[in-house]
Amino acid sequence: MTETLNRPAHPADPPPNVAGAVETIASHLHPVASYDLVDHPIPSGREEVWRFTPIKRLRGSLDGQPSSEHLAWDVDPPAGVTVSEIGTDEAIALGGVAPVDRTAALAVDLSGGATLIDVAADTVLDGPLVVNVSGKSAEQVVWGHVVLRIGAGSQATVVFEHSGSARYTGCTQVIVGDNASLDLASLQLWDDDAVHLAQVGVRIGRDARFRSFQASLGGDVVRLVETAEYDGPGGEVEMLGLYFVDAGQHIEHRLFVDHNQPRTRSKVDYRGALQGQGAHSVWIGDVLIRRQAEGIETYESNRNLVLTDGCRADSVPNLEIETGEIEGAGHASTTGRFDDEQLFYLGSRGIPAEQARRLVVHGFFADLVRRLGVPEIQSRLLAAVETELAATVGLPPAASREVVA
Amino acid sequence: MATLEIRDLHVTVDTEDGAKEILRGVDLTVRSGETHAIMGPNGSGKSTLAYSIAGHPKYTVTSGSVTLDGVDVLAMSVDERARAGLFLAMQYPVEVPGVSVTNFLRTAKTAIDGEAPKLRTWVKDVNASLDKLEMDRSFAQRNVNEGFSGGEKKRHEIVQLELLDPTFAILDETDSGLDIDALKVVSTGVNRFHDRGDKGVLLITHYTRILRYITPDFVHVFVAGRIAEQGGSELAERLEAEGYDRYVKAAAAS
Ligand SMILES: Nc1ncnc2c1ncn2[C@@H]1O[C@H](COP(=O)(O)OP(=O)(O)O)[C@@H](O)[C@H]1O
Ligand SMILES: [Mg+2]
Repeated sequence: MTETLNRPAHPADPPPNVAGAVETIASHLHPVASYDLVDHPIPSGREEVWRFTPIKRLRGSLDGQPSSEHLAWDVDPPAGVTVSEIGTDEAIALGGVAPVDRTAALAVDLSGGATLIDVAADTVLDGPLVVNVSGKSAEQVVWGHVVLRIGAGSQATVVFEHSGSARYTGCTQVIVGDNASLDLASLQLWDDDAVHLAQVGVRIGRDARFRSFQASLGGDVVRLVETAEYDGPGGEVEMLGLYFVDAGQHIEHRLFVDHNQPRTRSKVDYRGALQGQGAHSVWIGDVLIRRQAEGIETYESNRNLVLTDGCRADSVPNLEIETGEIEGAGHASTTGRFDDEQLFYLGSRGIPAEQARRLVVHGFFADLVRRLGVPEIQSRLLAAVETELAATVGLPPAASREVVA
Repeated sequence: MATLEIRDLHVTVDTEDGAKEILRGVDLTVRSGETHAIMGPNGSGKSTLAYSIAGHPKYTVTSGSVTLDGVDVLAMSVDERARAGLFLAMQYPVEVPGVSVTNFLRTAKTAIDGEAPKLRTWVKDVNASLDKLEMDRSFAQRNVNEGFSGGEKKRHEIVQLELLDPTFAILDETDSGLDIDALKVVSTGVNRFHDRGDKGVLLITHYTRILRYITPDFVHVFVAGRIAEQGGSELAERLEAEGYDRYVKAAAAS
């Protein structure tokens, strides 16, 4: 280690020159990023990164058939934000995170260009920038390549709301400039037959802040890969996620935080509920702390609430640590049923059992949803959770509905 | 007037070595308007009695009965018991993450009354109750019991008692872990509830000090899963002086 790193950093210290020291880590858990399709052959399903995914149900999304289908986009960019179509090479040159699996590599290769959402430097957006993305049918595959760039010193909240029916395979590259702050919410409110495969790769600038909120409720198969890496020291990442998996649904979230820079932080909190025969959730939380990433702090947590028999929740946290000089690193994973003591307490106050269960589920998610910081979407998400519970458990509308102020 | 009647109640808990009998024939009648103190050493089964009346799934009633005005309480679900007019202030109130106190109270009140409380008076009632228990109004926005101190949890139990307004209140060691000021505030709350008239109170305690603020009509000494002796409030004074030792030895000998 260099001397600079062995004493507390002084604000005036030059950034430690570790960029040249970044080595390639051979690990099957986080394949090396590459735009080259040769690096991402069609999976058999036995590969570590595909072994949880029901490949048959992807209906050929991994074959790489060209398609000129598009999803409908509805976005109204305010001043300081431009939305434009750019060529694939131009998009790649912007320097986003390259594809880590075949899904994203195909999306870049076959989209025929990318949509660039560009927030100019030193721009503070008043309200959330909402992008409504919707499809009409799951017959044709749709390839999508999106670059979201937040200029240095800017602050923005961006919401992608996915709805309707689609077989959507996408690669979203997020570039957060130095000292910028981005809250990115992605809502998967698809119809029952949708297949959504995507990578959201995030590059976080020096002293920048990034927070994502993934809410996966709809769709037949949803498999989202979220990766984060740092472009300089001092970056902060928070990844929040909520999923509600019904009978027959497969919802998979694969996270990879690459602590490749010193004094960076990451916090992951994903929570899911499962109900009904064949409901399957997968959560993979990989965190790599590279040798040069001294003074970092990371904590990841995944909690699953299994509401009925016949569900399966796979939860695999994984921490690879290559330096001992860290502030803190930890992870937690729990999968369980309702807490009897909580249900008894609520029941002893006259609240009927079904309603008590719903209150507990509501609370389980509400804590997380409140951190989203977009009240309008918070209420809608909690309402969507209520609807999920009502639809499957057959509960009447809640007297417990919380108004999120 | 209402009557809560416990007859020859036997209760077991499941342990690794099979069922273990904790309550060994409890007889007790509480009428509305009366305050009963149940006093006994740790481990004698006081909480087991309270939980069994409230219907906690951990406890199995193997024989005996609990009735409320002649109606079988043991046949009721936990929430039905509460709606029938029973309330248990717990020794260890449970945290419910993500559920705000205000949401919790409103849901409970709606369940107990069978209709939602009127919004304007309800907010006033909740605030008034928090004020009386000397809890900051901001507690209404906090998650149920999450991060509350021991004393705050106990005050919150009494807030619920006041708002849900049952016929019978069972208070399981509500006094333990309270400092003197909190003890007064909580006791005053219980007395206020009692003074509404026609309310029964079953006060479970290990120590006599709460009886300086709440005067029981009857005192029961609870040892080894049953009532060993009963009397008036003078019995509490004798316990204060002599402790439980005499009863524990007698129970061990029997
Ligand atoms: N799950 C259990 N397994 C074994 N013993 C138990 C279990 N639950 C309670 N007990 C025992 O039951 C007895 C009565 O407990 P409790 O009702 O809490 O007493 P108190 O409230 O009077 O202190 C204690 O001896 C306790 O150890
Ligand atoms: Mg006890």
